[in-house]
Amino acid sequence: MTKSKYDVVVIGAGPTGSTAARFAAENGASVLILERDREPGIPVRCAEGVSHAGLIRFIEPDPKWIAAKIEVAKLISPNGEVAYMHQNGTGYVLERRIFDTELCNIACSKGAELLTKADAIGLIFENEKIIGVKYKYLGEIKEVFCNIVIGADGIESRVGRWAGIKTDLALEDVDTCVQYTMTNINLDEEACEFYFGQNVSPGGYLWVFPKSKTTANVGIGIAGHLAEKKGPKEYLDEFIEKRFPNGKINYTVFGGVPTAATLKEIVKDNIMLVGDAARQVNPITGGGIIQGMVAAKICGIIAGEAVQNSKFEKKFLKKYRKEWDKELGNNQKVMFSLKEKFMCMTDERFNNLVKFCNSVPQEEFTTAALFKRAVKDDPKLVLDIAKAFVVSKLKK
Amino acid sequence: MKVNYELCDICGTCAGVCPVDGIEIGEFKVNIDNEICINCLKCLKVCPIKAIEEGVS
Repeated sequence: MTKSKYDVVVIGAGPTGSTAARFAAENGASVLILERDREPGIPVRCAEGVSHAGLIRFIEPDPKWIAAKIEVAKLISPNGEVAYMHQNGTGYVLERRIFDTELCNIACSKGAELLTKADAIGLIFENEKIIGVKYKYLGEIKEVFCNIVIGADGIESRVGRWAGIKTDLALEDVDTCVQYTMTNINLDEEACEFYFGQNVSPGGYLWVFPKSKTTANVGIGIAGHLAEKKGPKEYLDEFIEKRFPNGKINYTVFGGVPTAATLKEIVKDNIMLVGDAARQVNPITGGGIIQGMVAAKICGIIAGEAVQNSKFEKKFLKKYRKEWDKELGNNQKVMFSLKEKFMCMTDERFNNLVKFCNSVPQEEFTTAALFKRAVKDDPKLVLDIAKAFVVSKLKK
Repeated sequence: MKVNYELCDICGTCAGVCPVDGIEIGEFKVNIDNEICINCLKCLKVCPIKAIEEGVS
């Protein structure tokens, strides 16, 4: 049975919620995870790409949740030219459905408890202090008390709002996305494809992430403020008609990706936010699995330390903020400032960029070498190249 | 605002942009609270499947 009080209640059993729960439990906290859906990992709203280097910080790659191994990123310009990138390390396309369950099982093996079909609906306050979470479970409203709430509730990020944190995204800072999982298509199983252009995917990009030789996640994200007249589905359908005319659509999923900097406030007294909820996503690539898990590890460890020391105030919890900024948060801020330029890149600029990538010998295709070449050839291209590299890292 | 439930995929993107926390995302249903809605139309614009319309259901 679920107890009435835990040290930590985590809201959301995605990769970040489960990872935060795992590390909080490992560091001595009693932990309850509340998940709204009936099991972790569904529905999958994700392109499912991660890097080998990022993944092994948390878990050994396991064939049971890996669909495909990726060695190459292809960047495709609006005029159809392709640049191949081989120097970015191995990546994987996951089966998130199984991966998420595995991460949640790890958290539970460390002592965390999971309750699914438990829909958090509010926080419980006492003298303005957060002392627990209200949730709906099988038609009943229940309460659970705790010292720390961890909000890992994804794009909607309502837990933070209940605590008085401003989490709403500007339209420019969210990508509106559609993805089909398609079969009956011909692919290079080891290559991810990224398509760019104002008429292809305004303010974002279109991706093809193979899950086998004949199956792929084919999706698109476009900037929220550019989607009013023509939505992502229309762009994606146009693309598919040309690129995969005989393809069959198996799964269809819609979703949003935050492309902002990390929230100004990710901790307050008795509360921490993590992952998409804290907007801890690479704002250029939209990659959020590894980034969220990195944040979640810090968050979980500090929650554990807070429990050991009985210190639940912002003053103590803000160590999480400090370590996050050092680890990836500051980098995300830089990416965010580059994103704006990336969003308004013209087709001509994309064409030039891909052409330039192809003019560099493959073995020199490292970030440092490219910067040198770029500065020599065209200083203005430096920024674009930096961005292209960031984009290619999505496959990592 | 009203939600076209035939289209809605319950992805939560609308709630992510709502400036007044007026959108509740359940396991099976999205609910917009028109009492607190300020008609900013952000949810309508960002919805990937255009499942949100002006007006009250």
